[in-house]
Amino acid sequence: MTDPTVLLAARGICKSFVGFRALDAVDLTIRRGEIHALLGENGAGKSTLIKVLTGVHQPDMGVMELDGQTIQVRDTLQAQHLGIGTVYQEVNLLANMSVADNLFVGRQPMRFGFIDRGRMEKRARELLRQYDLHIDVSSDLSRYSVAVQQLVAIARAVDMSGRILILDEPTASLDRHETEMLFTTLRRLKERGLGIVFITHFLDQVYEICDRVTVLRNGKVAGSELTAQLPKMQLVSLMLGRALAAVTHNVRRDRPEPEMKQFSFKGMGRSRSVAPFDLDIGEGEVIGMAGLLGSGRTETARLLFGIDSADSGEAAVDGVPVRIRSPQDAVALGFGLCPEDRKTDGIIGDLSVRENIVLALQAQRGWFKRMSRRQQVALADKFVKALDIRTTDIEKPIKFLSGGNQQKVILARWLATNPRFLILDEPTRGIDVGAHAEIIALINQLCDDGMALLVISSEIEEIVAYSTRVVVLRDRAHRGELAGGDITTTKIMQKIAAEPGEVHG
Amino acid sequence: MNTRLLPFYATLLICALAYTACVMQFPAMLSTRVAGNLLTDNAFLGIAAVGMTFVILSGGIDLSVGSVIAFTGVLLAVLITKYGVHPLAAFAIALIITTTFGAIMGLIIHYLDVPAFIVTLAGMFLMRGMCFVMTTDSIPINHEFYSMLQGMYYRLPGGGRLTFIGCLMVLVFLIGIVMAHFSKLGSYIYAIGGNRTSAQLMGIPVARTTITIYALSGFLSGLAGIVFSLYTSAGYSLAAVGVELDTIAAVVIGGTLLTGGVGYVAGTFVGVIIQGIIQTYIVFDGTLSSWWTKIVVGALLFAFIALQRTLVFLSTRKAMVNATA
Repeated sequence: MTDPTVLLAARGICKSFVGFRALDAVDLTIRRGEIHALLGENGAGKSTLIKVLTGVHQPDMGVMELDGQTIQVRDTLQAQHLGIGTVYQEVNLLANMSVADNLFVGRQPMRFGFIDRGRMEKRARELLRQYDLHIDVSSDLSRYSVAVQQLVAIARAVDMSGRILILDEPTASLDRHETEMLFTTLRRLKERGLGIVFITHFLDQVYEICDRVTVLRNGKVAGSELTAQLPKMQLVSLMLGRALAAVTHNVRRDRPEPEMKQFSFKGMGRSRSVAPFDLDIGEGEVIGMAGLLGSGRTETARLLFGIDSADSGEAAVDGVPVRIRSPQDAVALGFGLCPEDRKTDGIIGDLSVRENIVLALQAQRGWFKRMSRRQQVALADKFVKALDIRTTDIEKPIKFLSGGNQQKVILARWLATNPRFLILDEPTRGIDVGAHAEIIALINQLCDDGMALLVISSEIEEIVAYSTRVVVLRDRAHRGELAGGDITTTKIMQKIAAEPGEVHG
Repeated sequence: MNTRLLPFYATLLICALAYTACVMQFPAMLSTRVAGNLLTDNAFLGIAAVGMTFVILSGGIDLSVGSVIAFTGVLLAVLITKYGVHPLAAFAIALIITTTFGAIMGLIIHYLDVPAFIVTLAGMFLMRGMCFVMTTDSIPINHEFYSMLQGMYYRLPGGGRLTFIGCLMVLVFLIGIVMAHFSKLGSYIYAIGGNRTSAQLMGIPVARTTITIYALSGFLSGLAGIVFSLYTSAGYSLAAVGVELDTIAAVVIGGTLLTGGVGYVAGTFVGVIIQGIIQTYIVFDGTLSSWWTKIVVGALLFAFIALQRTLVFLSTRKAMVNATA
């Protein structure tokens, strides 16, 4: 390499898994002091590329050069020694150990063959001071918020490796304020000359912080550009490789507000969870629920669905008072809930697509009315077709599907029970732009079919796209409602940020 | 205050209360004689429990402990009495076998990804079976070296005896405590118990550590077997049945979380002593069945597991409140 600014160059990387080409002659060049966004739909090969760079997988073909020297990365440990550090999406640290332990485990300062705790904690404090973190390094990591944990993970990775920092969707579970904190840190690291690889699904963040973008599609590089020279539309079309019509979804259909509110909740609330609120939803209506992480959105969904019991309030369906004390009650009333974290709450990874779809319906029918195999297959086929779930086979374990398709399977699971009222908690989190548009189209369609929907989302534009009414939450309380022409990104943002000087966290 | 230390303090408090209650009823229990015997009588249990603490801290379990103790006892008896091997050489052979046995279990657990429960259950049956292969009789050991070791003690003021095996147990505990908190191996064990995937991604040698943990447990079970053999002067195939459960009880009463990652070696020591105190009380009372030990230990276990769950619940709720505050 003649260019001295190049830190890491990977050229012609190929990697196949049994019959499936995950990476096909991929080039990636990371320069000193740049933040490099790595984008692509799910299954485009981002994670495989990262795993090759960090030594989890060995490439079938291709060369990697670090500072002009050809390198071969055998395992994560060696990658760390070479200077390539990684922070994963779910913070992979040890909650049961102290902050200092987490920073130094495996490389503790030793004295006379024993760990020198005093020196370790002193060094931990010095290290975290660079990140403006002044916390007690001797207390357990679990005492701190995800954002702090993430900074600790970054501090560890940078301190150990210090040349290349790979961040795999670091902002997925952070709210705006925390994301800002992270970005400040990244800018500072960039000034120190680190090469940072930033994987994200938030395009806004790419433009906010990244210097250069590389887009992967189907295991190939679809393009690599300076962010400043790449308009957003072009970026999206690079990612999708198809016409944009489906994605520009800012046309909200004006639905008349239904006369009859079949589902009404009055004064529902639970202390320490969410303040009492009123909510009426009619069939053929989509209520968007906007607010920051931790503002009480998920808590509201849990109350409505009977996962948490309400301290106060009453519910009525079709004007008849009902009591919802458990999810079973809710399901019996025709409610459905797609939870936020599909990995832990939604899918059952080892079961097949068919079994995952049938689950809720079978549960509703009870133990003794088993659905026949043929009924199950028919049902699964129907939804695979209707929702365009991309899988080679309905008997494939769901864990092998991409995030967007997993999400559709969970949707199918609840749609199969024929719900009248469906709650979707972050239905588009962590899925790619294409699947995103499909889910939104699906929400619109379900609404047209006369279902009542409550959709929680962090993406305000998305909420604007499908909601007939929007409820805004802040600090564990419902703060306001917008309808009709008032539903705009700006108005929602204003409501979320209403009281000045408030810090959300 | 660190909520993590609470179970340990609770154990310490219960130990003190139990001892005080015993002394109130039987003032004779307040003597160095009783204290010395507590150490001697529970030496083998304590040594095995140190190994078990590390295994449980790492998120595993070792059910082979009791069988390994019996195996060691029978092996020593056969080697010394039948073949005239010097006890020291027999000790070395036994420790090599049990350590290797533990290491192999660790290998299987890690590389074949089989739950520790199953692997060590198989190990338990295997070792118990090996005892019967060697002999079905109870073989006495009469060797001057044994008599010498058994005769070694430090006389405490008040007539108590600090025996060789009692001291050995205390020494093992001290080494265990230092290892847990001041060695890299110790930090690796806590790390794996906390979250195995994370530990792996952080570059911790998970394979080597897992194997070392079970090898260590095998070694300490072997050492416990030697102590047991010194304590009883015999080797018998049916000895030490269920000792693994007593050690697990000691570990849990000592405040170690069964799911791994949280706990203290020192707590296990207190756990062992509590069991010893209950036994001593029953001996002093003279009318109670020895099964009362099991009943009280069972009740204590329930109490401690409930306590731990409550603490875990409270601390996660506190963390949630902190995170959203």
